[in-house]
Amino acid sequence: MSTTAPTDPAPGLAAYSEVTAGEASLRRFLHGLPGVDQVGAEARAAGLGTRSIKTTAKAWALDLAIRMVDLTTLEGQDTPGKVRALANKALRPDPADPSCPSVAAVCVYGDLVGEVKAIVGSAVNVAAVATAFPSGRASMDVKLADTRDAVANGADEIDMVIDRGAFLAGRYLQVFEEIVATREACARPDGSHAHLKVIFETGELQTYDNVRRASWLAMLAGADFIKTSTGKVQPAATLPVTLVMLEAVRDFREATGVQIGVKPAGGIRTAKDAIKYLVMVNEIAGDDWLDPDWFRFGASTLLNDLLMQRTKMTTGRYSGPDYFTLD
Amino acid sequence: MAFEYAPAPESRSIVDIKPSYGLFIDGEFVDGRGSSFKTVNPATEETLAEVAEASDADVDLAVKAARRAFRGWSRMSGRERAKYLFRIARIIQERGRELAVLESIDNGKPIKESRDVDVPVVAAHFFYYAGWADKLEYAGLGPNPQPLGVAGQVIPWNFPLLMLAWKVAPALACGNTVVLKPAETTPLTALLFAEICQQADLPPGVVNIVTGAGGTGQAVVSHPDVDKVAFTGSTAVGKAIARAIAGTDKKATLELGGKAANIVFDDAPIDQAVEGIVGGIFFNQGHVCCAGSRLLVQESVADEVLARLKRRMGTLRVGDPLDKNTDIGAINSREQLDRIRELSAVGEAEGAERWAPECDLPASGFWFPPTIFTGVTQAHRIAREEVFGPVLSVLTFRTPAEAVEKANNTPYGLSAGVWTEKGSRILHMASQLRAGVVWANTFNKFDPASPFGGYKESGYGREGGRQGLAAYLKGAEA
Repeated sequence: MSTTAPTDPAPGLAAYSEVTAGEASLRRFLHGLPGVDQVGAEARAAGLGTRSIKTTAKAWALDLAIRMVDLTTLEGQDTPGKVRALANKALRPDPADPSCPSVAAVCVYGDLVGEVKAIVGSAVNVAAVATAFPSGRASMDVKLADTRDAVANGADEIDMVIDRGAFLAGRYLQVFEEIVATREACARPDGSHAHLKVIFETGELQTYDNVRRASWLAMLAGADFIKTSTGKVQPAATLPVTLVMLEAVRDFREATGVQIGVKPAGGIRTAKDAIKYLVMVNEIAGDDWLDPDWFRFGASTLLNDLLMQRTKMTTGRYSGPDYFTLD
Repeated sequence: MAFEYAPAPESRSIVDIKPSYGLFIDGEFVDGRGSSFKTVNPATEETLAEVAEASDADVDLAVKAARRAFRGWSRMSGRERAKYLFRIARIIQERGRELAVLESIDNGKPIKESRDVDVPVVAAHFFYYAGWADKLEYAGLGPNPQPLGVAGQVIPWNFPLLMLAWKVAPALACGNTVVLKPAETTPLTALLFAEICQQADLPPGVVNIVTGAGGTGQAVVSHPDVDKVAFTGSTAVGKAIARAIAGTDKKATLELGGKAANIVFDDAPIDQAVEGIVGGIFFNQGHVCCAGSRLLVQESVADEVLARLKRRMGTLRVGDPLDKNTDIGAINSREQLDRIRELSAVGEAEGAERWAPECDLPASGFWFPPTIFTGVTQAHRIAREEVFGPVLSVLTFRTPAEAVEKANNTPYGLSAGVWTEKGSRILHMASQLRAGVVWANTFNKFDPASPFGGYKESGYGREGGRQGLAAYLKGAEA
């Protein structure tokens, strides 16, 4: 998943260079984006949630959802042993069924990247959270050092948090510059760079207008992915928040030609929920996004429900939780 | 599309459709004396049942039964009447799935609308008016409000059950008895409602249901012993009814056609406005008198709104009404389909640009794809006449004053919508628009507590809310 060097500006983005040149122009641009009507956005998300996905469509969706999972552990008590177990699970989510696909990535703290990498190699990506995750409250030097360290450890993807304080205080340019700097810190010596996911912590941004502004801000700053939450703050990912972000990436590609991925994270626990997200991806952003390169689920408990439903599809019956691995 | 949703049809087995139906008079199902007609499933053209066509003599029997029942029903305490209405409301909820499936089969509307909109709002109307039945003297409509007598009610085919609820619930709550004629293409849920009246032990004659076509409706409204006429349907028929009852002391409420403006300003929440446009015109295949069939979009955002609207229309799923994934169902009848086709042809002939997304329509049944016409002006027929189908005319404006002027430049005045992030503009527009309902940043929302009714050729009188009681009480002014 290594793409172009951070110094290559996408041609479509060049048109926005004046927007991001200063605080005033950036603020004008972000506040000039169309508003989001809360009631309408929530009604639309709820409406899409009632699509009924069955039989072949469900089987297809379950496998796709498994391939989109960023299997995550972000606890203070994480150890090399714990993440090695997770790495093995990521490779073979269902040991009883070799046709079950691997997940997209394993997401851990930066210091444990090497442990995971040693097991998964290049079969599954390794994502690391950085930039003083989850609060983002540290000096810029520390955040960048955190990022460089994770990249040096072999992380394929970096999940950074934005400074929500700066965003809510209206210091958009500061947030923009932090994302640009972090992206530069994702560079590897060979000229490639680790994939950058930008976490908004939408539960702290509160309004859908803010979510839309943060989405555009991050995309203009060079994010490869925009991500809802750290999983440490409630509410984490919700359907309407993800809907607003999907609208943003759709509109951004239309405006610039650049496609950005979306990752809801935190609180998605059931296959039923995951399928609702996939329906939304399909109908809001379009089927170009129905791919692990462009859509991910940040989750730890979701995977087992997906596996259980997958087994139900093939055998016709549910088996107990003991038939699926813990981690 | 990579993600092909598998069909998820609702089972028909929950509904028991009889091969033939009679009339519901004086608490019993009886054979009609006239001929009979067939009701078909518009999605398949399959004949569902034979239904009796009530003759003048049948209607007379029904009115007599209603008159007899009126004596007891009108003297019953409001609290007692409320019990019956609450009971009906609860049975509607209990049999909600059955009602929804039957409504979709007979009408062609998608199950997600009959199940998630029609039936819940129907139950809500009975609950709401049940609550009023013992509080009529506190409704602000006079100190001792009295019922009118026998109400003759004629309802359309677009919301067969919902229009029944709008008519029957307030009439009964106020102590009136009713003779109701459902539309000839959609009589089945009214007949199922008759069963519900029996199940609720409603006294015989309080609700009578006579099926049939225009002739039967005419017999109902012109019957000399009918005190009140309530009609929802086309403006042409409404005018005929107004003429027929002119000079009599019958009270009347008429809910007629519309050509509502849905006004999108340049500061609107665009994605939600697009949803509102789609819901405004494609809800129930556009078979909605208050549909937002004229989109007025500010010129500065017209291209963007249209591009987004077209993309959104590409995701609408047209097909089997019983499939839970269906957004747009069947056109209710061949006759209506012909009218939609004819008016669309007129739109093209007038020079407007027609656009519809790629969509496969089923081979049998009555279908019309969601369609928009751009480049429409006030001088086009499709901007003036009610199509009553999934056809949207797109016009533009430059200033709020121009939007108001264009929105009001119609013989109708049933509803309007305003999309803007500016609260003061919403209030300003609402006070300027000559329409019975003005929706702000939403469209086609119905609530029993909210009055509904139009200006000009959209009719007179209000249904719903406290105002809806006035139409069924003597000397009351809402």
